[in-house]
Amino acid sequence: MNISQLLRPKQDFLALPLAIFLQLFYIVPLVILIASSFQAGAGGISLENYTKFFGNAVNVKALTDTFWLGVQVTIACLIIGYPVAYFYTNVHARWKGVLTFLIMLPLLTSAVVRTFGWVVILGRQGLINTALMKLGLIEEPIRLLFTHNGVLIALTQIWLPMMVLPIVASLSQIDSRLAAASKSLGGGAWRTFWQITFPLTLPGMISGSLLVFALTVSSFVTPSIIGGGQLIYLPTLIYQQGIVLLNQPFAAAVSTLLLIMVVAVVLILGAFGKRSRRYIR
Amino acid sequence: MSSTSLNPPAQLPAESAYSLRKLDQVSFAVVMPILAILGLIMLTAPTIIVLLASFSSSATLQFPPPGFSLQWYLSLFSFPELRAAALNSFQVALFTAIVCVVLGVSACLAMINSRGRWVAAMDALVMSPLALPGVALGLGMMAFFAMVGIRLSLFTLIIGHIVICTPYVVRNVLASLTQLGSSLQEASSALGASPAYTFFNVTLPLIKPGVLIGAFMAFLTSFDNVAVTLFLSDARTEMLPIRMWSMIENDLDVRAAAISGVLIFLTALLMIAMERFSGLSKALINNKA
Repeated sequence: MNISQLLRPKQDFLALPLAIFLQLFYIVPLVILIASSFQAGAGGISLENYTKFFGNAVNVKALTDTFWLGVQVTIACLIIGYPVAYFYTNVHARWKGVLTFLIMLPLLTSAVVRTFGWVVILGRQGLINTALMKLGLIEEPIRLLFTHNGVLIALTQIWLPMMVLPIVASLSQIDSRLAAASKSLGGGAWRTFWQITFPLTLPGMISGSLLVFALTVSSFVTPSIIGGGQLIYLPTLIYQQGIVLLNQPFAAAVSTLLLIMVVAVVLILGAFGKRSRRYIR
Repeated sequence: MSSTSLNPPAQLPAESAYSLRKLDQVSFAVVMPILAILGLIMLTAPTIIVLLASFSSSATLQFPPPGFSLQWYLSLFSFPELRAAALNSFQVALFTAIVCVVLGVSACLAMINSRGRWVAAMDALVMSPLALPGVALGLGMMAFFAMVGIRLSLFTLIIGHIVICTPYVVRNVLASLTQLGSSLQEASSALGASPAYTFFNVTLPLIKPGVLIGAFMAFLTSFDNVAVTLFLSDARTEMLPIRMWSMIENDLDVRAAAISGVLIFLTALLMIAMERFSGLSKALINNKA
């Protein structure tokens, strides 16, 4: 930026209020959070909170469980979300409005309501157990609520739109002549899909995965309700330590670890995303 | 290959290739929609099931419900704490949406018209709260307010919500401004209109759909937030999603189904209104990526 531009600030100053607001109420709190995680019980700076965290098997399990939950939900969303996105892109325009509404429904209904729906489905007297018992497949209700798989199922549904939408965007950018060319060269429907369409939607899948992973490992309401008290993931641990037990420096350390997990995965997937886009152009 | 060995030896190879090709096309045309429909059922099932459960005549949460009754909806009328919680949440969400629009739209105007290098940094700054864990943000902001000596109140809550809700406004408004281009604004200022006149009479009416959708999503996000709200509201202030969360977590209160029913109904009404005024669905599909 040269001096003449500095003297004519044009409209740039309009961004200042938001920039100052976020610096003050977002960046500074994050810095305080990370700094306070190094606060020792007796005062001074130390790694005490981190050694305490890794010294306890329950905490380490919460960390690995959270990471795995993120990976599993991301994969489940890819497997279920891709056909939905493909169907949406190829369906007649008349149906698009209805489909959009169905896809967006989980995003626009409250997180607590969505989770409550899963309690009704997965509970002892819920839909799945009633159906399986009526069919005579099981005699006793099976335990779905308060299990890792229950949390996995619920979170997959809740974050599915975040996977579907980027893939839809990716699919709609593909030149339709490519598929036609593949067909005229003798490529079958499956082969055309796997060798032409699927690789071209890699950027969409990556940006979807990035969102779903970040949102899943940050989820608080669903794991705490579906998981009950027994299953602990990092957000629940932060809440327990920070609000219930008032152990703020320790909660800050757990938060920092969760932030590192999210940022690392976002950066790694983001780098892959950039490479895949370059490969497509 | 097993499929060729199944064919009688007299059959011409070209014909078997043709039937294989047919099978390939038909299987693709059948498998993809079936998987997609299963996915769509999964997406919608929880909402529909909550709605059905809310009309249950049973005192416990079971599905399918044994009979139909409006008792849980009627019970909401004798639940004054709930009304207070809903009112608090509504106020906070409304204030949050308004401030997000004012801060967000003005920042977007600067970002779209500037070629400065700060734009990319600003974009990353505004968007990042979307991906960062709300619980961590809430804890950090709580520590910050404690440090500078601001007591927790609806005010601190609104500040926290603005941070997590501005991304929705900025994303939608930036998309609208990009589509708009700059020629109309340049024409307006070339004809002698002041920047403020151009903004209120040219730009704003044209980006109104984006602003409305952004405000709508900011409102819903704030109204619905638990993670940040837990840390930034004082103990006496009841907020609706937290009240519901504890109702469900502690004793699976069936009344929560009725509140959910009311919320689903209101959200659907709002969505239909937004679709009418601003093409909500198109914008959501286009901007989410």
